[in-house]
Amino acid sequence: MEANVVEMPVEKNVMCGSPAPRFVPRLQEKVIERLLQLAACVSVAITLGIVGILSYESLLFFQQVSIVDFMTDRQWTPLFADAHYGILPLVSGTLVTTTVALLVAIPMGSLIAIYLSEYASRGVRECVKPALELLSAVPTVVYGYFALLFVTPTLQKLWPGLPGFNMLSAGLVIGLMIVPYVSSVSEDAMRAVPVYLREGAFALGATRMQTALRVVFPSALSGITAAYVLGVSRAIGETMVVAIAAGMQPMLTLNPLEPAATMTAYIVQVSLGDVPHGSVGYRTIFATGLMLLSITLLFNIAGHVLKKRYRQVY
Amino acid sequence: MTPIQRKIARRKALDRFFAFEGLTVMALALLVLLALVGQLMADGLTRLSWQFLTSFPSRFPAQAGIISAWVGTILVMLVTALAAIPLGVGAAIYLEEYAPKNWATEIIEINIATLAGVPSIVYGLMALGLLVYQFHLGQSFLTAGLTLGMLILPMIIIATREAIRSVPPSVREAAYALGATKWQTVRDHVVPYSMGGMLTGMILALSRAVGETAPLITVGALSFIAFLPHPPWQDAFPFISFEWLFDPFTVMPIQMFNWVSRPQEEFHVNAAAAGLILLAMTLAMNAVAIAIRARFRKRIHW
Repeated sequence: MEANVVEMPVEKNVMCGSPAPRFVPRLQEKVIERLLQLAACVSVAITLGIVGILSYESLLFFQQVSIVDFMTDRQWTPLFADAHYGILPLVSGTLVTTTVALLVAIPMGSLIAIYLSEYASRGVRECVKPALELLSAVPTVVYGYFALLFVTPTLQKLWPGLPGFNMLSAGLVIGLMIVPYVSSVSEDAMRAVPVYLREGAFALGATRMQTALRVVFPSALSGITAAYVLGVSRAIGETMVVAIAAGMQPMLTLNPLEPAATMTAYIVQVSLGDVPHGSVGYRTIFATGLMLLSITLLFNIAGHVLKKRYRQVY
Repeated sequence: MTPIQRKIARRKALDRFFAFEGLTVMALALLVLLALVGQLMADGLTRLSWQFLTSFPSRFPAQAGIISAWVGTILVMLVTALAAIPLGVGAAIYLEEYAPKNWATEIIEINIATLAGVPSIVYGLMALGLLVYQFHLGQSFLTAGLTLGMLILPMIIIATREAIRSVPPSVREAAYALGATKWQTVRDHVVPYSMGGMLTGMILALSRAVGETAPLITVGALSFIAFLPHPPWQDAFPFISFEWLFDPFTVMPIQMFNWVSRPQEEFHVNAAAAGLILLAMTLAMNAVAIAIRARFRKRIHW
């Protein structure tokens, strides 16, 4: 679509009262296009800023701490006199909370998506969808409060020995928080499956459930995978719920009933104290951040690949 | 019953059970939302008062209030909106209407999709390293606003692009046929017609920013601020003052986080009250966004 108006040999003064020089609108058009292009490039600059600053500070960190220690040491005590810099406890904490969250979010999100797209009437869908979106609109610090002062006391009635800070309640609450991300994207994917596939299944005598599980769900798998990956990366990056409810002690454990720190919670913890700028302690948060970013990016790339592989063409 | 009838009956029962299960799970999710609001109200409703809204934080829980927090939230949001909305809308218009299909455009597109998946605390780290220590903007309203602005920029771009894409090409072709230039077409036709979607996206992005806590803790928000920033006006010419941009800041979620993480239960009551106000702010913004979406969907039929 080329927008430049073709010059016409008609007198333009008939239309406009005072003839503007011909080049002025052209120049203006060019300037505007450049400005808009610049706006689009800002996002690239932000990415460069993120990668640049994380790599720069991490590089300085790894000049003081060996990368082998960072990857294999089983203790994370960078601010103690006897400093250990092993990221594994933070990674295990992140892994446990994320797993708990996904065990809640994926079954719930998928069931809700199937119900909304295959069973619910239009009216129900129009009401429930915005209501579910509110679940993801609640500020995360409010969810932290809920996890610490509602979910943990409730769970303590079931497991009397449960500590006040634990990864289970943090994970459960993160799971509930990301249900709408999973359900909404999966539902869109399932609704995009053409009706004639369902009609074919019904014609063969399948029930709604068989149609949903064996026809619609597999056909929408690429979109549903994208929804799951989105959920995973939200759960990994979630910060305030774990900072409030999981306790902030880095421990190498896979038991969700124990307190632990995640990568994000550690960054918050250090930012709250006064670690001097430029010290090793200050740089640990950038090394942790780089690790966090790498893991999230890995998942995003995996999601992209899966999406491509399972793409169905109708 | 013949075996085949039995089989059919069993499948139908299974089907009904599955539907019931879906309904239960959905109800459970909504119940959690209710429980959350209920818990906050039970804990914090009694603490809400004029005194709570107009007092500064204090060591004494009964005297503490949130004035510095809500003033801070409004000012940070102002900077965020001024930074993110023009840039986001501009970038979206460029990508939808102007961008040629080449590798540079592709890089920008992949880049925006990636940025949308970056955890919010990483933006905080970047802002700490770059804005605070490289550009020396300080731990100020300006830094906080720019941090959140960068965070919601991809959300605004994605929502605006979607809105622009829903304007049919025939509208543009009609404008070109009458001799409009590209920018005239965009300004007078594409943007007004996609305004509903754009506004919805902007409000949802800002409501996300209102509740963001982690990146602001990283750039160095203080949780105890017993003074207000410089006023944005002054007596002498030019009457508008930008001094507040460089004042230390706090916001609602950080005030709440500070109160939650204290051991004394009296502070938890304050946290619940602050949480109620925060929740009311974000839910109100979401309600406005939903209303706008419904209104514009009804009015325009292509």
